[in-house]
Amino acid sequence: MKVVVCTKQTPSTTAVFTVRAGGSVSWDDPGGKPNVVNPWDEYAIEEAIRLTEKQGGTAVALTLGTEASQEALKTALAMGCHEAILVSDGAFEGADSLGTARVLAAAIRKVGGVDVAFFGKQAIDGDTGQTTVQVARQLGWTPLTFVSAIQAIDPAAGTITVARLLEEGKQIVTARLPVVISVVKEINEPRYPSFMGIRKANRAVIPTWTAADLGLNSSGSKVDWSNVFALPARESKVEMIEADSVEEQARILVDRLFEEKVI
Amino acid sequence: MSGVWVWMEQRQGAISTISREAISAGRNLAASLGSPLTALVFGHNVGDVAAAAFGLGADAVIGCDDETLADFRVEAYGPLMAQLAGQRQPQVILAGASTRGRDLMAWAAADLDAGLVSDGIGLGVEGQTVMVTRPVYAGKLLAKVYVKDGPQCLSVRGRAFPAAEPTGATGNVEWVTAVVAESDLPTKVIGFESSEGTVSLTDAKIIVSGGRGVGGPEGFGPVAELANVLGGALGASRATVDAGWIPYEHQVGQTGKTVSPDLYIACGISGAIQHQAGMRTSKVIVAINKDVDAPIFKLANYGIVGDLFKVVPALTAEFRRRLGK
Repeated sequence: MKVVVCTKQTPSTTAVFTVRAGGSVSWDDPGGKPNVVNPWDEYAIEEAIRLTEKQGGTAVALTLGTEASQEALKTALAMGCHEAILVSDGAFEGADSLGTARVLAAAIRKVGGVDVAFFGKQAIDGDTGQTTVQVARQLGWTPLTFVSAIQAIDPAAGTITVARLLEEGKQIVTARLPVVISVVKEINEPRYPSFMGIRKANRAVIPTWTAADLGLNSSGSKVDWSNVFALPARESKVEMIEADSVEEQARILVDRLFEEKVI
Repeated sequence: MSGVWVWMEQRQGAISTISREAISAGRNLAASLGSPLTALVFGHNVGDVAAAAFGLGADAVIGCDDETLADFRVEAYGPLMAQLAGQRQPQVILAGASTRGRDLMAWAAADLDAGLVSDGIGLGVEGQTVMVTRPVYAGKLLAKVYVKDGPQCLSVRGRAFPAAEPTGATGNVEWVTAVVAESDLPTKVIGFESSEGTVSLTDAKIIVSGGRGVGGPEGFGPVAELANVLGGALGASRATVDAGWIPYEHQVGQTGKTVSPDLYIACGISGAIQHQAGMRTSKVIVAINKDVDAPIFKLANYGIVGDLFKVVPALTAEFRRRLGK
């Protein structure tokens, strides 16, 4: 079977952000790796690889981004994806979720013969969690979001059964292929890239598809995202509760919490 | 284009808390825009729920009662909302950013070719445009975001707005028919494994969380007991979930749930930046940690430096006494 996994390069989870006057955002990382594969996407990459290991076929990693996003694709290759494609064009800059979905759907169509497209549940930069459904709509495929387990898949019959993690429990759903799936962390434990995988990924030449390759003019965007600002600092200063016994500390703290009206 | 629509999520005949929050946010938007507020209620056997939406502030209610809508399936709900909105051209469509609300708004916006902004924590109006304040970069920054033209599809994050309380107002629901037949739906819901009975983290007013300091699976015992006495939800740090001490559904933080309770009690949690991203908008934060230099104390309103296995049971006993439990 043929599986696509859409992944994105995002700031690392430990990145520290600076907003300059004028609203431009930059970030750095104390660990020295400011950009990583979107952490939620690691589970999608792992699931795509596992599915092709079980069913045979190829797993193709797809990223919409700048040239620098090749790093995310190299990670996907090093983990075990068979192919990687970068979708990159100035015409796609500033895309909203629907614009992004249009571009990714066009790329998935161009890959061709895809049974399942995987996404992470959301990206940790925009944090919208909307792209999966919108890609599915562009393709006319069925979206299956927040998937915590693929319980069964039968490519010959064209069916899939998954568990979806909702607020109050797990919904078990069957659907017809092809589908667009977003996965949650519970689905698997992502592997580390192997030494051989890293060597292979470093040698790989990753093709770039442009707007012209996909037959698109631009992604389009109906949403203005330009006004980004820093969080107001938490106003509180910590009051350390000190006393001769823990019972006394507990009594003082409980008094404070009743005064705060949060109990 | 005119009018504000709010999708009212219901589960087994009860309107979810996040939808009561969404409709109160919608009420204010409708007032600022000078537009009527319409509630959408979809499901099966939802006559009472639909009628109740008047009491929560709706000027009009559009209901759809059909067997295909009994379980939430975006393939059934999405085309219905998109068709209604395509015909009647509302200016704003709003939903709570639950798993269902997120999927539904994404579907509707795609089919309407509309701009979509999720996870609003603040809403304002400039002219006829809704300005949405939302967290970005996992809550490390904020952005003021708006839809430039056309219908404005928006979702609001849980506990960011007060929930509407019933007023007793009544009205007549306009009933419409479903748009997709069962035979044309590509999915079947074949089961549900409920985790009901536990308090949902995203809805909880009080959360008590355990971190590495609990030392192992059994260390969550006293933390869970405190949560229980307070009627709160049990949270956990990533380290404890990765170690297999507690299931993932309890994880708070950047790769877990983002929460915003009135009271967050962090027990044995150092407060890594990823954890902070998930809980820093809590109203009051209490930190209990052995290490006086733990970063969580910089975020906390109240701190106790000490052994959580002594402090937490003492707190539980004190709350029991005060609350008469």
